[in-house]
Amino acid sequence: MTAAATSARLRPLAEIEARIDVLQAIPGEADAAARELLALGEEILEHWAIGRGLPPTLDKKEGFRVLALHRQGAQGEPSFNACRETVRELVYYYNLVTGDPDHPETAKRLLLASMVLSHLYLFVAGKMQVAGLGEFCCSSRPLRAAGE
Amino acid sequence: MTAKKYQKVAYYPGCALEGTGHSYNRSTKALGAALGLEIDEVKNWNCCGAMEVKNIDPKLQTYLSSRVMAIAAQEMGYDAVMAPCNGCYHNLKKAEYDLANDEESRQVVDSLSKKAGHGTYKAGEVETIHALDWLKESIGEDGIRERVRNSLKGLKIANYYGCMYTRPRHIFPEKDKGPGSESTSQPHFMDDLLAAAGAEIVDYPLKTACCGGAHSLSDSDISTKLVLNLLRAAEACGADVIATECPTCHSGLEMHQVRAEKRFGIKTTPVILYFTQLLGLALGLNPRDLGVHENISDSLPLLRERGLAV
Repeated sequence: MTAAATSARLRPLAEIEARIDVLQAIPGEADAAARELLALGEEILEHWAIGRGLPPTLDKKEGFRVLALHRQGAQGEPSFNACRETVRELVYYYNLVTGDPDHPETAKRLLLASMVLSHLYLFVAGKMQVAGLGEFCCSSRPLRAAGE
Repeated sequence: MTAKKYQKVAYYPGCALEGTGHSYNRSTKALGAALGLEIDEVKNWNCCGAMEVKNIDPKLQTYLSSRVMAIAAQEMGYDAVMAPCNGCYHNLKKAEYDLANDEESRQVVDSLSKKAGHGTYKAGEVETIHALDWLKESIGEDGIRERVRNSLKGLKIANYYGCMYTRPRHIFPEKDKGPGSESTSQPHFMDDLLAAAGAEIVDYPLKTACCGGAHSLSDSDISTKLVLNLLRAAEACGADVIATECPTCHSGLEMHQVRAEKRFGIKTTPVILYFTQLLGLALGLNPRDLGVHENISDSLPLLRERGLAV
């Protein structure tokens, strides 16, 4: 899939939020739910890339596109690293659930994955609402831009 | 007997600990006294530059933080400044980094220091540490274990570090040094200390996630939703308590927990306590002496139920 095709199929952020709520309430089949949660994470980060005028990357980092998308999102916008561990936690839960979907804690893991995803959504949606809000996050741009 | 590392440090409470974070100030001092650690408040300290100054003029923030370190080093003779607030801790570390690496920052700080009539701070004169470093390095888990009088056994705690304790990584060169050092991706010092006090630490996936502090004024609903998510995730992990180590995160969690109930009708159960309050309780200190009554979050019923308060 090209970057342009990827952007064309993007749902509005509000629809993504609604879908996260549904998955939180009724996760369904474990493996499919974990994949969908990860895909929603990618979609949220695609919004961020497009919002900044960048074609969302199709690359993968450590085997995951969501990690590459986060890295892309943080380039020139170091305060975006405030959601770095959130994205990594999403990958962690994806690995736990898909690695052992029959584990007794799978339902809890899916719930936590959806909450982690919800946090990513709220963080990104919040930053997209107010232009330049990112400069208020974590630390000032000049330092972070120079060092990361 | 050799002196403990950080046995006596300069103490920089910062403005939050004199206001909304008063109970953090009270519990930090009470804990230090109970553990035989001396803290000496930085004389005539000023604002660290927080986020407001930093966003308008980062060099001015560097100067403001450098003045605090200059007083601690040059006027009080200390080699370590302990800052319990994540914002202050972060800003002093940032100033340290700037002064070690940026000539323009050095010039601005020198010029403003001369104008203000005090010595210019030079990188490396003091080490800035967080309250977590202070307790971990001076007392450690074994020291806590030896002193526990009321074990936190049975109390399930989600440790919330917030975003500024570990970010950006390059201003914390002492972290990520392998076993024994703090991690910027999975911080654990608070986990270690509270586990040593007997608590059951839950695996909390949002321990460094955003609390929405920066959105508080521009979009309170986003902040409330972020905090609500933190609270609900802690609840889903089985936590009775969220332990904090930052006054901004702490007050945000407390206030938005109340707002979430009023605004969205969603009530959450975890109570919010500073880690210094929890360690103090484990050491047998009186909840009042730790400022538990000053928190918005009412933890006393839970603490009474667990035998940690009367």
